[in-house]
Amino acid sequence: MTRRHLLSVDDVDAEEIAAVFATAAEMHDVQRRQVKKLPALRGRTVINLFFEDSTRTRSSFEIAGKWLSADTVNITGKGSSASKGESLRDTVQTVAAMGVDALVMRHGASGAALQVSQWVDASVINAGDGTHEHPSQALLDAYTLQRRMGPLEGRHVVLVGDLTHSRVFRSNVKCLTKLGAEVTVVAPPTLMPSGVDTWSREAGFATSYDLDEVLPKADAVMMLRVQRERMAGGYFPSAREYTVGYGLTRDRLDVLGPDVPICHPGPMNRGLEIAADAADAAQSLVLDQVSAGVAVRMAILYHLLAGEDL
Amino acid sequence: MPTPQTPGENADDRADRGAEDIGRVVLDARDISRALTRISHEILERNKGPQDLVLLGIPTRGVGLARRVADRIAATEGVEVPVGALDVTFYRDDLRQQPTRGPQPTQVPPGGIDGRTVVLVDDVLYSGRTVRAALDAMNDLGRPEVVRLAVLVDRGHRQLPIRADHVGKNLPSARSERVMVRLEEVDGHDEVRIAGSLTGPDGTEQWR
Repeated sequence: MTRRHLLSVDDVDAEEIAAVFATAAEMHDVQRRQVKKLPALRGRTVINLFFEDSTRTRSSFEIAGKWLSADTVNITGKGSSASKGESLRDTVQTVAAMGVDALVMRHGASGAALQVSQWVDASVINAGDGTHEHPSQALLDAYTLQRRMGPLEGRHVVLVGDLTHSRVFRSNVKCLTKLGAEVTVVAPPTLMPSGVDTWSREAGFATSYDLDEVLPKADAVMMLRVQRERMAGGYFPSAREYTVGYGLTRDRLDVLGPDVPICHPGPMNRGLEIAADAADAAQSLVLDQVSAGVAVRMAILYHLLAGEDL
Repeated sequence: MPTPQTPGENADDRADRGAEDIGRVVLDARDISRALTRISHEILERNKGPQDLVLLGIPTRGVGLARRVADRIAATEGVEVPVGALDVTFYRDDLRQQPTRGPQPTQVPPGGIDGRTVVLVDDVLYSGRTVRAALDAMNDLGRPEVVRLAVLVDRGHRQLPIRADHVGKNLPSARSERVMVRLEEVDGHDEVRIAGSLTGPDGTEQWR
């Protein structure tokens, strides 16, 4: 019995991404209806198992499941048996034994979703594993950009921020390059992941330490969150210094011009990596990303769960 | 993730591909045109005019047919009747028996369907399951005053208590036969074909 998973952007090719986006566009229309409900996943059960904090990912997966008529249940690490010392394996097998069709999982350890997919007989959707991947975020980011800019083929997308700790960066680079975009990633040397040179050569994206040099050539900018909770400190001297070098400030917004879309996966540290002027600018897609998040996650659940029972 | 099929494609469409000239033509372009003209007049007669009408085509080919009916109504009555598309993929009762299907667009005309007389338009009426799904889908979009059904071809073999109000051609067929509707908008030319099936020596289905 083979189950279908979404553990990494590597699990989908460009054709499948296009199919997910086409479905997401229809789901987007459902969001505007009075009756936001489709019967496609009636009788399916989706469990959100979150061992790390989340607002938008968890709630958008929950809403996505509910609008497709699946039964959705949320389990968080805090307040579950995991805090009594139950192992990850016991927790997921317990949950799976209740008869679930999909497990949407976030965990602090890279590779946790892959590991869990080998333990349980349900589709596993990786909603963030450590600093590894967050494929649904990458899909919704690309979908949002594509809705605004048209096909991403040949367009220059710049990712800026804490790359070392960012699973969003890893998934996004894979997704954007699959769609033919030119990608440049920018970070201070201390937040540039080790080994990125080899990866960037193989995957065909560029790296830079100089935001002001890259910014004028950008067709779209993705700001990444500075993940204070993953830092023991010492990555940069002060928040102020980070902002001066790598924040999307008022001045940099002027360099960008009014037509270059700005994305941020949230939650934003206003004043640190992104100025309020940029976050609230007309070209900011931050809230579009959130509403696209529901549509894209509906499409992911639909493509994984609606088809024939295997 | 599984590779989804072409949006809205069903088993008939797949069998159609690369099978241009199998079977025989039962309706040619002029037959189709005459049938649609008659259906348009029937719809107007039944509704005592074009008021409150909304035409909803079921993708793929129902949408083209609905537009053509609207054009004919505009020609006779001088009134533009709203035309939309109603995709039923998410409402099908066989979602779980098939590989995942991608949806096609649903477009409800700006005036909506509440209180209107909705005419569903599809190419072939067969089991009636698509129409059942369409009725369910409409339930989530609003509450029409009346719903009617217009089809280009009724080939029989209903599995549900559903019948069409306006039929282009009643086409008695065997279950093993295949009815293929081709339209200018989708396929480049207009015709309806019927083909019988044979089981080939290797056990696969073949069409003659």
